[in-house]
Amino acid sequence: MTRALLTINGLSKSFGGLKAVQHVSLSVPQGSLTALIGPNGAGKTTLFALMSGFLKPDSGSVHFDGVDITGRAPHINAVHGMTRTFQIVQPFASQTVRENIAVGAHLHIKNRQAALLAAERIAAQVGLLKQIDQPAGELTVAGRKRLELARALATQPRLLLLDEVLAGLNPQEIAEMIPVVRGIADSGITVLMIEHVMQAVMNLAAHVWVLAQGQLIAQGSPSEVTHNEKVVEAYLGHGTAARLRAAELARTPA
Amino acid sequence: MNSTLKELGSIVLFVAVVACVPLVTDSGVTLNFVMMALYAALLAQAWNILGGFGGQFSFGHALFFGTGAYIQAIAQLQFGLNPWLALALAVTGSAAIGLGVGGLTFRYGLKGSYFALVTLAFAEVFRILALSVPFTGAGVGLMIPLSESFANMQFASRKGYLYLMLGFVAAALLVTWWLKHSRFGAYLQAVRDNEDAARAIGVNPFNVKLGAIGLSGALMGAGGAFYVQVFQYIDPGIAFGPGTSVEALVAAIVGGIGTLWGPVLGAVVLHVLADITRNMFGQLPGINMVIYGVVLVLIVMFLPRGIGGIAASVKSFFSKRGKP
Amino acid sequence: MMFDPGILFSSVLNGLTTGAVYALIALGLTLIYGVLHIINFAHGASLMLALYAVYMLKERFGMDPYLALPLVVPGMFALGYALQRVIINRASHGKDENILLVTLGISIVMENAALLFFKSDTRTIDTAYTLTTIPIGPAMIALPKLVAFAGALVVSGVLLWIVGKTDLGRAIRAVAKEKHGAKLMGIDVDHVYAMSFGIGLACLGAAACFLLPAYYVNPQVGGGFVLVAFTVVVLGGMGSFGGALIGGLLVGVVESLGGLYLGESLGQIGIFVIFIGVLLFRPQGLFGAKV
Repeated sequence: MTRALLTINGLSKSFGGLKAVQHVSLSVPQGSLTALIGPNGAGKTTLFALMSGFLKPDSGSVHFDGVDITGRAPHINAVHGMTRTFQIVQPFASQTVRENIAVGAHLHIKNRQAALLAAERIAAQVGLLKQIDQPAGELTVAGRKRLELARALATQPRLLLLDEVLAGLNPQEIAEMIPVVRGIADSGITVLMIEHVMQAVMNLAAHVWVLAQGQLIAQGSPSEVTHNEKVVEAYLGHGTAARLRAAELARTPA
Repeated sequence: MNSTLKELGSIVLFVAVVACVPLVTDSGVTLNFVMMALYAALLAQAWNILGGFGGQFSFGHALFFGTGAYIQAIAQLQFGLNPWLALALAVTGSAAIGLGVGGLTFRYGLKGSYFALVTLAFAEVFRILALSVPFTGAGVGLMIPLSESFANMQFASRKGYLYLMLGFVAAALLVTWWLKHSRFGAYLQAVRDNEDAARAIGVNPFNVKLGAIGLSGALMGAGGAFYVQVFQYIDPGIAFGPGTSVEALVAAIVGGIGTLWGPVLGAVVLHVLADITRNMFGQLPGINMVIYGVVLVLIVMFLPRGIGGIAASVKSFFSKRGKP
Repeated sequence: MMFDPGILFSSVLNGLTTGAVYALIALGLTLIYGVLHIINFAHGASLMLALYAVYMLKERFGMDPYLALPLVVPGMFALGYALQRVIINRASHGKDENILLVTLGISIVMENAALLFFKSDTRTIDTAYTLTTIPIGPAMIALPKLVAFAGALVVSGVLLWIVGKTDLGRAIRAVAKEKHGAKLMGIDVDHVYAMSFGIGLACLGAAACFLLPAYYVNPQVGGGFVLVAFTVVVLGGMGSFGGALIGGLLVGVVESLGGLYLGESLGQIGIFVIFIGVLLFRPQGLFGAKV
């Protein structure tokens, strides 16, 4: 049984009358690639914000590597190895790709030249080497997603929280991104991803948690979860149920 | 890397060229012109550190100017301190005020328009205090007695002041250069461009902004101290009034914020413009500021990246054409 | 230092009359902020221009300030409409800072153009009723101030009626709430923006007519009014009309009492302290939505 890198216990957060997250507990094993899924508005991004310190929970706790980090500021969490990306990409638009990634690299590299050099290496890792000296504002959506990823990678994280890194990508771009994410996980980084793209979830995740209306309604392996009645019900009406069955059929050997 | 050294070289070149001006001319008019242009450049550069690189637009930068000016004057008048020592105090004091104001406003997450307004409010509070308190000479202001000597930081000709201000400008240029090529500067610009993204990758926005406002305040305070030495006089309106705040801001915007040379360029352009205006219309009160206001509006409407932005666009246009 | 209750009462009443005018000024600012989401830095300078307009009408044409309302109010409206449509609209380039800068630029031009034309002398006007005072309880309140109080409240009421009950008001509220949706419904957003800015400045025109008989004008008054107006708006809560009304009255009273206890200059600091304090500790103000 691998140890847990991130554990949350009874995490809750309300905004006025809206209960965004209700008593969610889960444990992310070290070295794993796992996913957090659920219909829109389920509270997934709020959960990420609570984990990474962008929001303080109303109750409950967050433990990273055995240490209670509940409500600790995001930049301190980054220093200790937890980095998150954003659903709506946030490039430093007026700076080049290299400069963007270098900001992440600077977390552990003080020297400017060394950080800029490290940025080059990481850009290559995510496939952004060609655009490395372009202003980040000129990248396509796919490019910006890669940049978001690269910047986070540059911080040498132990735990990477990816928020819908595939959203807005066309099928080919998704197909190109999946191996990149797998490569990151293979290099030893623990990855927890929020995803809607089921193809990726099925392909990548070893374990899946399902959030609906702020509550954890199911967890297990991808196929366990997609066959779970409660999960299908949560997604019912969005056409996902049909897609899940089709994906399942596509993976079953003829 | 290459561009880092090239920029450093351009700073050295600039300083060397300007340093030669007093060697080739004795004209008081020219020397005064260059000195005042440098003075305007210093104020603009100081503003640029917080506004251009930090992304926090201050409308009350005179706060730091006035603090430096009054410390410079009071240290000499009330405490008999040597002006060079007073200068050190003035710079430290205005940096401290910067840290104080920054500490309050950034701690509570003030940014954008609210930050601009609060800095203006602070400047106004200080102006009113300076008007009301005998310690600062109240409405009459403070005068430091004439006594020309190097030790007393008062020079018989504009030459001495020119070199003094050139020193300050060089310092400001070096600080700006450092911001462009250091980890701190990278962090500062990241916070400017996207604070949340910066936090997620390990940047502490509060510390970074605090550092910027401290540096900005210090340089602005040096400008205030310089003013007192050159004009031997300071009063609440000059010290904390909107005139100085606006001058610093407009020059930086016109030249191009967030760049190394933008503020210098903007200061020179505005200074030349003010001179031309003075020659055309005489000493009409307010005519300078009208021009500044109109220029500001026009630049924001048509050239938001400033005059320096044109240069940057031209450069990138040609470099793109050059690529295979 | 305790003051005789009569003096206190008088101070509070005076504060209320000034406060009503502050409220009117702040209402215009609130409208502009609520609809265009911009902080109009030129609000104070625009008031100053309106004051000079009222002044000139009196000195050159002998026109009574209250009778000047039908001229000054539409005039300021036109100025506001033009400013927004021609300049401010084109300056934003999508970034808030640019609006801040361009309204700052406009305020600089206004203030210094006034300095150029009128010099820096403080000017007042003399009317038949300038010195008349009316007794209210133990206090003697200057008639112009009472008229200002009533007038400001009436105009505020008219403004709220326009926004609440007319077609234009409906369009304004639609644009304020959901710009893109309003556009899709066929509302000319640029026009609504300009109308709102115009109305905001028209409020200043009215305020000027009420203010000048009891006050004065010089090129620098704008600066003082800007900060007071902003203090009222943030105190009341950005975008809240009711807040602007109550905030205005409150600030007026605080300023009056502050002046009583601390002297005029230091009393002004009270306002700035409120402003800074609210922004730091309760940015949503008394009635605004959470920022």
